[in-house]
Amino acid sequence: MAETHSLQDMRQQAAITAKVFIQRDYSSGTMCQFQTKFPSELENRIDKQQFEETVRALNNMYAEAEKLGSQSYIEGCLACLTAYTVFLCMETHYEKVLKKIAKYIQEQNDKIYAPRGLLLTDPIERGLRVVSYNFVSIQTEQIEHFSVLFFLIRAHSR
Amino acid sequence: MHLGVSESMRECEYSQISTRSSTPMETPYKKRTPKKRKWEIFPGRNKFYCDGRIMMAKQTGVFYLTLILILVTCGLFFSFDCPFLAQQLTPVIPVIGGVLFLFVLGTLLRTSFSDPGVLPRASPDEAADLERQIDVANGGTGYRPPPRTKEVVINGQTVKLKYCFTCKIFRPPRASHCSLCDNCVERFDHHCPWVGNCVGRRNYRFFYMFILSLSFLTIFIFAFVITHIILSSHQNGFLSALKNSPASVLEVVVCFFSVWSIVGLSGFHTYLISSNQTTNEDIKGSWSSKRGKDNYNPYSYGNIFTNCCAALCGPLPPSLIDRRGFVEADVPQLAPPTNGITIYGSTQSQQSHTSTADMKTLRVVVLASLLLILQLSSQMARGHVSTASPASTIKSSTIKSSTVSPSTIKSSTIKSSTVSHSTASTVKSSTLSASTLSTMTAASTVKSSTVKAVSATAS
Repeated sequence: MAETHSLQDMRQQAAITAKVFIQRDYSSGTMCQFQTKFPSELENRIDKQQFEETVRALNNMYAEAEKLGSQSYIEGCLACLTAYTVFLCMETHYEKVLKKIAKYIQEQNDKIYAPRGLLLTDPIERGLRVVSYNFVSIQTEQIEHFSVLFFLIRAHSR
Repeated sequence: MHLGVSESMRECEYSQISTRSSTPMETPYKKRTPKKRKWEIFPGRNKFYCDGRIMMAKQTGVFYLTLILILVTCGLFFSFDCPFLAQQLTPVIPVIGGVLFLFVLGTLLRTSFSDPGVLPRASPDEAADLERQIDVANGGTGYRPPPRTKEVVINGQTVKLKYCFTCKIFRPPRASHCSLCDNCVERFDHHCPWVGNCVGRRNYRFFYMFILSLSFLTIFIFAFVITHIILSSHQNGFLSALKNSPASVLEVVVCFFSVWSIVGLSGFHTYLISSNQTTNEDIKGSWSSKRGKDNYNPYSYGNIFTNCCAALCGPLPPSLIDRRGFVEADVPQLAPPTNGITIYGSTQSQQSHTSTADMKTLRVVVLASLLLILQLSSQMARGHVSTASPASTIKSSTIKSSTVSPSTIKSSTIKSSTVSHSTASTVKSSTLSASTLSTMTAASTVKSSTVKAVSATAS
């Protein structure tokens, strides 16, 4: 049936999300940093400042995780002395910061990106290779709206 | 005509449910296929044990040889030489020996079983996005371009990042693809067959601790076995001393040949750590001054102490490959890119997302029907059943051409009726066909209804 076929197509199309990837920035070495260059696809969705602020915050948090400070040295030496069994009880500093990052991303999604139809994914899910912005299906509601109208008109014309 | 419409409605509904709920692979009687862990579908050539907790290379024969050599030598030492030494000299010797042995074993197992810093391969959408960027950079020519490289300036040095065709990523600096394990490894040092694993960012410190402590252990055993033979030969004579403890001879031989290689390796790696280089870089001579006058190591922190601390006591990054996570049923589908954005489809990638989508769909349906009622109301009105009293409940009735106001309509079939001014009316499990629901307030809910050609005006 024409209606069922078109409705099914639209259902499948409704699940499609576009993705924008932000690659790593290696100019400061092997540290985990992401490029702050504003991608053109996001131009009509969010401000440049907002985007840069988010990426800079993420970069700062990753820098904090990999920082060589007295805390990391103490943790390293303690771990070595206890033959790394201490990590059965407590988390590494890096893991603690990763949790903080996950919380920050959640918060950013709720406050800023979800109302604009974007979803920021945690880079740890992609092996710290990219930060991706998913375009959440705001369009699908419109598609379904029109498809229902179309169907109703067709059905009614009989 | 009505039947035709209702049939098409039902078909629509069934197809809607099928696209949302299950993947094509699932059979109707089996609700859920057993969930797989990510290590089971890992694309590299690695072996996993203990449900993904232990990760090793494919060829582990030499690792078992290492383990046997260490266990046998130490076993012989503790059983044949230690009693004599504990008696003659001091019982501290077996204790120190024991501690060293446990440390060696611990670091060896930690090196062999942990993830060296494998970089997960790019997902199909990421790979396609990178390809698109490269094509754009190359001018979109049809032929396959030469090996892709990206240049980055790190600390004043130009470093070339290579594109890995297997993993479909640009390798981070200092990463390399191990051909034996078929993985890209961060800060790749070398693939060590003796430990049966790659040595990379996450297990380099364990590897260094292993060879350092093993060199101490080897020297320790060598020294004290020699001491044992000398002391024993003072009492009984050289040949009888050898006859009394033949194990000592074996130990001496093993230790003698091990000392040179292991102590040499420890020294080499101490040099590498202090200059913050990997074996890979040293062999290639990436940062040697022979390449150029301005060639220096951009990763070095300047002084030896900081370099050592960074390599051995720095923060330990977590594994990026998430071996024990569950595989999500994510089926990517490609759609032609529009407006420069690569669009990929996925069914049921986010379960919670689809359920909220269902709710939204229902709301949209109601709104759409409300809108259409305005247009179609002229065709609808065909007489009325007199205004039913407020709060009347109409159950299981067929209402034809009726006007119902603030009422609950349950399990009814309403055909060609006008339902107007229903405030907070609930239409439950009803089939409303060709009806007009006008001025329904926002509190009205349409539950589980098949709405056929319903037109309703939004309030």
